[in-house]
Parts: sequence; structure tokens; C-alpha cells
Amino acid sequence: MRVVIGEDSVLLREGLVRLLAAGGFEVVAAAGDAEEFLKAVGEHRPDVVVVDVRMPPSFTDEGLRAALVLRRQHPEIAVLVLSQYVEERYATELLSGPPSKVGYLLKDRIADVGDFLDALRRVAGGGTALDPEVVSQLLVRRRSDPLDRLTPRERDVLALMAEGRSNSAIAAALFVSESAVGKHVNSIFTKLDLPPAETDHRRVLAVLRFLQA
Amino acid sequence: MPLGGPYRVLMRFVRRTGRAVVLAVTGPFVALAGILALLTAGLFAPRPVVEALSDWQRRRYSVLAGEPLVAPVERHGVLRQQLFHWLAVPMSIVTFAATVGSWALSAAGFGWLSFGWSLRADPDGLLRYGSPVPMSVVPILSSLLLIVGFFAALRFTDLELAVARTLLQASRAERLSARVDRLTESRAETVDAADAERRRIERDLHDGAQQRLVSLAMNLGLARATLTEADPQAREALAAAHDEAKLALSELRDLVRGLHPAVLDDRGLDAALSGIAARSPVPVELTVELPADAADRPSRTIEAVAYFVVAEALSNVAKHAGATAVTVDVRHRGDRLRLWISDNGRGGADPARGTGLRGLAQRAGSVDGRLTVTSPIGGPTVIEVELPCE
Repeated sequence: MRVVIGEDSVLLREGLVRLLAAGGFEVVAAAGDAEEFLKAVGEHRPDVVVVDVRMPPSFTDEGLRAALVLRRQHPEIAVLVLSQYVEERYATELLSGPPSKVGYLLKDRIADVGDFLDALRRVAGGGTALDPEVVSQLLVRRRSDPLDRLTPRERDVLALMAEGRSNSAIAAALFVSESAVGKHVNSIFTKLDLPPAETDHRRVLAVLRFLQA
Repeated sequence: MPLGGPYRVLMRFVRRTGRAVVLAVTGPFVALAGILALLTAGLFAPRPVVEALSDWQRRRYSVLAGEPLVAPVERHGVLRQQLFHWLAVPMSIVTFAATVGSWALSAAGFGWLSFGWSLRADPDGLLRYGSPVPMSVVPILSSLLLIVGFFAALRFTDLELAVARTLLQASRAERLSARVDRLTESRAETVDAADAERRRIERDLHDGAQQRLVSLAMNLGLARATLTEADPQAREALAAAHDEAKLALSELRDLVRGLHPAVLDDRGLDAALSGIAARSPVPVELTVELPADAADRPSRTIEAVAYFVVAEALSNVAKHAGATAVTVDVRHRGDRLRLWISDNGRGGADPARGTGLRGLAQRAGSVDGRLTVTSPIGGPTVIEVELPCE
């Protein structure tokens, strides 16, 4: 899978190139600022990009803005946004489109090499990867209506679904059986008034409802 | 140096006297020039002339009497100042006369002694001193008058200064209000400087230590994932190092996020509060009602203070309150930003004892904000903060 990286710290950029190469990705370009990054993406048309939020020149949110541009102009390219801190507001902006092929993680997560590569593959494969920190921020801010009907356990399951995990991963994280998770998921679908349809699609809708509630 | 103290005192006195003499001797000329200006140019443009003259006189007294005189606000107290310029003529003439007159008499006395006018020819044709009484009185009187001249200069210019103080200066209320303005400005600058400093530190840590730590943790993670055949002890050490690096990273992030998050600048207070609310170990219910229009955003300083207050209050709740729920409510009401932080803990918080609450009060006070803490024993604790936003 072909990747373009946007990261201004040379140290981290080179580290990411090495890490992704070791993980079986093909890094076709690595840029140091947002403009260069967008140019490289236009040139190489990668399958997935990994981009830092804070980059030159203003060191605020140019990486995020570049990611938003990509999501609009090239929805086929998967976007994983990395940052030293995650912000609920950035996540909301990033997820304003269809909640797929998108990820937003703390840079800390790179340290857990295996998990990080899994998340990147999941995003590239059309899924989502949201940092637990940003999910808890979203939970603080989104308490309204349909979510009030969820039990705390169901909220936990939904939060893990928002992170992009599968039922078996959720079961492992919550120390319950996979069938119990399946029950919770169905209950969430019912409470959020999601009509029966293809399961994956409903998962996406549930996450969307969760983020936009 | 044993002579140092007294010597310095003496020199100070000599310098002061010297300046007083300059004031006394030049006084009438300055005052008369002033009156001349008032009666010519002053007829056409009284206010600027009066103010220019006052400025001149104030500078004269400030430099020569060593007491800075504060000018009134422009266009204020013009009549008062005009009165001074008229009074300056008789005052300075009296000072001049007392000083120079004493010295003139003293000089006459010494001259009388020195130049032989005091001598008489006796019948033998020899020159002798005349009557013995003036011969002993005149030198003493002349010496005294010489000294009196100096004291006259000192005392009379002091009197002039007293008059100048009341007539040429801003009134006490005006001076105080000017001082308040200056202090307000310098305090705002201090608060802004402290804020800029926090931003700078945040940026330095973000670009330096944090990136380096991420890279370190990543390399350790990579090593941990690949060195599966290394000896178990080495792998254990590697795993410990990896975990430590991740822990350091997360602690550093908490610290840096508390300094001044970048999101506060580019998305505002509402967005920045999510991060601290989510990180609080005690569940937070957060309500923020701020104007949606970016133009109505509170100033950066006020936002930074509000952010800090909420962050600090939440960390206080986590440390001391023993609470299971916190409510944070942030609203814009008129020209005030109102923060309301309440927990269901054990109460008994005393701003006079804890440094945390005192720090909050100081921080709010630094922008003329007000902080009230209500915390009866047994709870609940409510912190209310009002910050002005223009």
C-alpha cells in the first residue's frame, strides 16, 4: 500500500518512514509542510496518508486543514491524522464527511508499533480509528438525546465502535464474550432507531449518530 | 571608609544648596519672562502659553529642587497655573532679595573691613582701626549674612516649591487616576507577557522534547516488536523502557496541554475545554454557551485566564474534593464571562489555606475578575468566577 507522510519533525518523519516500511507499506513521499504534502499527494495519488496537525508555517492546524482538503477532493484516499494532543473539535471537523477511511490518533500511539500499523491498515481499508482520548472528549460534549437512552455499558461499546474496533476487539477490551458485545450492538442499533440493514453500514451509521448527537 | 557617611551627607547638602541658589538667582528673570509671554503671546493663545510656561517651571523645580512635579492632564487647571505665574513674580523677587540681599550686605561688611574704609588716621598720621565695637561686630555679622544667604535660598525656594506643588501639578485625584491608568496598562502587559511565555514554552516542548520522546518510544516499540529472539532479561528491560517512555510521553502531554493549548488560539475556549473536561478523573458535565461569531470572542488573555481557571479548578476537585461529579458551566452574559464550577464533594475548601484556590483568585484578579468560593463543610463546593470582556 502506498503512503504519503506529512510531518515537520525530521526525526519523526524518518522514524515513520522506517516504521511503515517495516510494516509493509510503501512510502512514496514524505513532506515537511502542508503545501509540499498536498503537492506530493496530488503527484503520487497514494492509498493512504499520515499527516501531523501542527506544521509550518503557522504551527497551528495546517495539517488538519490539508487533511480536510484531501477528504473533500480525494475521498478515495484514506487519511490518518496524528497529533501531539487530540482535540474533539478537530475530530468533529474531520468526521463531518462520511465516517470512513479516516483516523485521528495521538502520536503516542505510534509507540505501540503493532497497534499503530493495525489502525493504519484499518483506515486504509475503509474503516475508522479514533483515539480513546478523543472519544472521551466527544463523550463529554455529546450527551444529548438518543444517547441518553444508552446504558453506560452500551456507551462503552459505542465508544469502542467509534474507535473503529471489531466486535471481537471490543469483547477483548471489555473482558466480555463476543456474543454479549453482539447483543449490546444490536441494542444500540435499536435505541438509535437504525433500521436493520447490512451490519457494517449500520455500524458506520451508529458511529456517525454518536459523533453528531 | 569612616568618612564616607558624613562626607556624603555633606556633599548632598552642598549640592542641594547650590541648586537652590541657582533657583533663587534665576527666579525673577524666569518669572518676568513668563509674565512678558503671558502679556504678549498669551493674549492670543492663553492656554498653550500657560501650559508651556508651566512645563518650563515644572522642569526647573523638578531638576533643581529634586522633586518631580506631575503635569495635570491637558486643558486642566489652566487658571490655577496662570495664578502661579503671576504669583511667581513677587515670590521669586522675595527669594532673590533675601538671598542676594544677604550676600550683598555681607560683601559690604567684608569690603568695609578689607579695603580700609574702616581705618582712621590717628594724630601721628598712622592708620589705625577705628572704634573697636564695629570692628568685632562687622566680621561676625558679615559671616552670618553669608550663611543666611544660603539658608534664605533654601527656605524661600522650598516655599516656592510648595506653591508650585499645589498650583502647577495635577490634583491628587488626577494624579491617582493617571497612576491607576499606568498600573492597569503595565499589569495588562505583565499578564500578556506571562501568557506569551506559556505559549513559547508549550511550543518549545512540542517541537523539542515531545517529538524526541515519541521517536524514542517508537524506536523502543520497534525494537520490542522485532527482537523476539533476544534473551528474556534484555527483552524485559526493553519492555520496561518502552512502557516508561510511553508514560513519560503521556505525563509530558498532560503538563504541556495545561500550559496553553494551541486549540485555544485557533478554535477558542469552547473547543479547548473539551480536552481538560475529558481528562478529569472526576466525570465532568460541561456546558459552554459562547457567542458563535468569532468577532465576539473574548480576548485571548481572558480566554487564557478562563481556561486556566477551569483546568486548575478541575485538578483541585480531583485532588481534594472527594467528589463523584463536577459541573462546569461557561457563559457569556453581557460584558462578562461567567464560569461556574461545582462539585458534589466534601466541601470545606478554604481559599486562605490552599495555594490552588489562591492561585485561581490571583489569576482572576489579574484581569479585574472576581472569584467567589462557597464551600461549607460537607459540600457542595461552588466556585464562581466573573471575568470582564470588553
